[in-house]
Amino acid sequence: MSEQAATLPLGTTSKAASSAEERIAVATQLQLTWWRFKKHKLAYASGIVVILFYLIAIFADFLAYSDPQSTAAARSFIAPQGIQWFDEGEFRPHVFAITGKRDAKTFKIIYAPDPTQKIDVKLFARGYSYRLFGLFKTDIHLIGVDDGKVEDRIFLLGTDLLGRDLWSRLMVATRISLSVGLAGVTISLFLGVLLGGISGYYGGAIDILIQRLIEILRSIPTIPLWMGLAAALPRQWSVVQVYIAITVIISLIGWTELARVVRGRFLALREEDFVVAAELSGASQLRIIIRHMVPSFLSHIIAAVSLALPAMIISETTLSFLGLGLRPPAISWGVLLQDAQNLQALSIAPWLLFSAIPVIIVILAFNFLGDGLRDAADPYG
Amino acid sequence: MPPIPMGEPARPRREPILSVRNLETHFLLDEGVVRAVDGTSFDLFSKQTLGIVGESGCGKSVTARSILGIVESPGKVVGGEVMLRRDGAREMIDLAKLDPKGDRYRAIRGAEIALVFQEPMSSFSAYHTVGNQIIEAIRLHQPLTKKQARNKAIDLLHMVGVPKPDRRIDEYSFELSGGLRQRVMVAMALSSDPRILIADEPTTALDVTTQAQVLDLLRQLQDERDLAIILITHDMGVIAEMADDVVVMYLGKEVENGPVDDIFHNPKHPYTRSLLNSIPSILARPRSKLSTIEGSIPHPYARPPGCPFHPRCTVAIPGLCDSQTPRFLPMGDRQGVSCFLHHGPSGQSMPSGKDTGARHDAV
Amino acid sequence: MLAYIFRRLIFAAATTVAISVIAFVIIQLPPGDFVDAYIASISATGGQVSLAEAEGLRIQFGLDRPMYLQYFAWITGVVQGDFGFSVEWRRPVSEVIGDRLWMTVIISVFAILLSWGLALPIGIYSAVRQYSIGDYVFTFVGFFGLAVPNFLLALIILYFSFVLFGANVGGLFSAEYQLEPWSWGKVWDLAKHLPLPGLILAIGGTAQLIRIMRANLLDELRKPYVVTARAKGMRESRVILKYPVRAALNPFASTIGYLFPFVVSGSIIISLVLSLPTVGPLLLRSLVAQDMQLAGTIVLMLGVLTVIGTFISDLVLMWVDPRLRAGLDG
Repeated sequence: MSEQAATLPLGTTSKAASSAEERIAVATQLQLTWWRFKKHKLAYASGIVVILFYLIAIFADFLAYSDPQSTAAARSFIAPQGIQWFDEGEFRPHVFAITGKRDAKTFKIIYAPDPTQKIDVKLFARGYSYRLFGLFKTDIHLIGVDDGKVEDRIFLLGTDLLGRDLWSRLMVATRISLSVGLAGVTISLFLGVLLGGISGYYGGAIDILIQRLIEILRSIPTIPLWMGLAAALPRQWSVVQVYIAITVIISLIGWTELARVVRGRFLALREEDFVVAAELSGASQLRIIIRHMVPSFLSHIIAAVSLALPAMIISETTLSFLGLGLRPPAISWGVLLQDAQNLQALSIAPWLLFSAIPVIIVILAFNFLGDGLRDAADPYG
Repeated sequence: MPPIPMGEPARPRREPILSVRNLETHFLLDEGVVRAVDGTSFDLFSKQTLGIVGESGCGKSVTARSILGIVESPGKVVGGEVMLRRDGAREMIDLAKLDPKGDRYRAIRGAEIALVFQEPMSSFSAYHTVGNQIIEAIRLHQPLTKKQARNKAIDLLHMVGVPKPDRRIDEYSFELSGGLRQRVMVAMALSSDPRILIADEPTTALDVTTQAQVLDLLRQLQDERDLAIILITHDMGVIAEMADDVVVMYLGKEVENGPVDDIFHNPKHPYTRSLLNSIPSILARPRSKLSTIEGSIPHPYARPPGCPFHPRCTVAIPGLCDSQTPRFLPMGDRQGVSCFLHHGPSGQSMPSGKDTGARHDAV
Repeated sequence: MLAYIFRRLIFAAATTVAISVIAFVIIQLPPGDFVDAYIASISATGGQVSLAEAEGLRIQFGLDRPMYLQYFAWITGVVQGDFGFSVEWRRPVSEVIGDRLWMTVIISVFAILLSWGLALPIGIYSAVRQYSIGDYVFTFVGFFGLAVPNFLLALIILYFSFVLFGANVGGLFSAEYQLEPWSWGKVWDLAKHLPLPGLILAIGGTAQLIRIMRANLLDELRKPYVVTARAKGMRESRVILKYPVRAALNPFASTIGYLFPFVVSGSIIISLVLSLPTVGPLLLRSLVAQDMQLAGTIVLMLGVLTVIGTFISDLVLMWVDPRLRAGLDG
């Protein structure tokens, strides 16, 4: 039969197909997942969006131009200002200077762009100083101005009540909000893998105990619980202490879902032939778990993590929005949104809602990514 | 392709009650068209059992669903005829021309043609009692009150040999044993006195003893009710026991048909021979290897050119089988086959069906 | 069947105990005790409390006793309807909470019913017409509803309804009914104000339920019993509604248990944005003011509410699943 098949025009393609089959046969679970994932366009694009956001987090100070903490009553609630790209047909990015006049009747400052005063926007300009990656001291920013303080010149997304630049604050907030998510997931992952693993691997009474604990935790409304715990943090704690405490609080609940996934995989794998074979050949339990079981459900863990991350980010944002999470001078998305909490603030400065956009984009992207990863990890599940 | 008259010479003048001609059911998918059923023809007479046999994925079940008009989207009957003679009528009607969702088709489905199939566990809803499901089937086609229908359902259960039918009727399918479930399934199928029963792998999920009981039940009911049965299976043993005539299908195509004795004792198509060789035999030498068909069924999108069976065929003719499709030709007056080994030089059928150079293993 | 109810009751009781311990811990967490807070609130208004008086108060409230005894004293009071004293409001906690707990119940239950009412038909439609335009639209909206935290949604709707219609959509009552006692007019006023916050609260859960319903129904539609039903000659719409939808209802029903805490959580936070008279704003305020007896009571009540909701959903689940009724597991 093989000789006859070789005479077919089909022969070449079937040869190519068989080499592809061979490739699939020797691929690891993780490689298989990656190949399936790449076919999932929306998830792939979402993955790129997520990476971009983490790049923003890493280069937050570089991408900001104004000092996010610099306040000035003279630039309170300035509306977003567009960049003018061309000047008389020539490419010359610039902004119009903003001048403020106090209204004689209401005593409110009315801001207006002055088209006669053009301020050139420069690339790699000097601004406030910061440490890149927390190491190298520098004051180079992506954009800036040559004449005057940039804090008084550029307002891409406007300013808040205290005259702080919203764009710059959003950049810095991205770093904190995303890192809280990562830190929270790390803690949850540790708890989830540990407890889920114990539960799934040993089974029996300890499994029942952990399962009941998870069930109870999941049937308690989380927000009142978080609020109660977060409100108990001492007022005098530093930004870093609060940051760590909040991360721990939100991961106290987040681990349950991860533990559920890990336990499920453990239960399924325990019965698999290769695990039984390893057991029979006398491998130690730790070796079985690390060498044989973890690699085969690593992709499930990755998928579960990418679905847990947005939940963490929402949790932090929610708590900070309520004023019980991170507190100024820390800047996170939730802290920024706190300024937009009521209708009065929104009617004066609707641009404060810009802070909602990165939250929505990141959470959507993580959800699509996580869904794609889950499908890729477990096409039949 | 001309229609092949079938049926035994002993009853040549009888008219078929179901006549399928060149049935084509295709699945229109993004990746391409899957020809699940690609030109199948056969006749069914009352009291006759017609076996349709082939490996899984050969289009047997889709054939059954095409006859009933319940092919699921994206599948569609795209060609051919399904002629049914309704009870007492002279003219036949073509079911393939009816709207599968329409009332006329619904009046036939379940009433004149009924279905019994594969897994008796999942063929019942676990959320309704079996009685509820049988009574519903009865009341769909007969003007009975709930009470009357319930009594009839109990009678039916009694008829198929369910013990304590008045109690069983209020139980859920998961409370019954596998054999009982299949009996209940048969009772439900027969609830509107159909003349045709399509049994799609009715015994696959059952253990051997229960299989025999269910097959006995089907035979007994056939005698009592003049049923015509289309028995779909991959099990040549079941075919040997039950069928009068056999249709062998491969990749949606009919490769051979004929009376069961001829198919078993003088198989023409290499695929039929392979199927027969893969039956375990108590006469075989101990510890000899059970013959299997080499290779597996091609992926439905990648249907090989020429004869669909040629890549797995031990006697394929290079240059012919892989490029041209054999026609389905009658062999003698009772058998038919679609294979170049049986085409004469002129493309006509050869006079004799004896071992045309093929390696022949005794069954 | 009785064993199942019994198991769920034990579980509900265990959860209630766990919640009461958590609530007690929350009350105890901030530095200082109830008497400190009380003294602080009195001195804030110019009063004075001597050290001896403070000690007297501590003994009177049993604060000198070990923690577990204090817990038992507290929980005994709670069971008898004594939830303690709100330092900030200088009134018993139960008086401060008043109608607000019922408002929380009303809006939560309304949101859950709405989630069901929306998710069921949409989920069925999306599954039966898989990959149709409607399915894509609902999938997209569903993803959005899942991804956007409901307080953001509330903020955005609050803003746009103000800009576009000049209306403030906050609150559950019109100004004229705000302080009125209950009457039919007030109930009708509530009914008019309920849909928008209810919808905002329901969207996240609805999106989840649609996905669950769609996925389950798609699974069920492929099952053999659907073919059996079709082969009987049933009408297609009847086939789908009687069999696969019925089967898909089960996992759907089992999600209420998790939906309930989710919605209660959400009600807290959207109440703040939309200024709804639920326990949400009260909880935040009491936490900020460290009025811990009030805060702890609210956490406890919300927890118990969730336990009751979950228990009811367990009963519903049993009612819809004959396998549970027959005493089989799974």
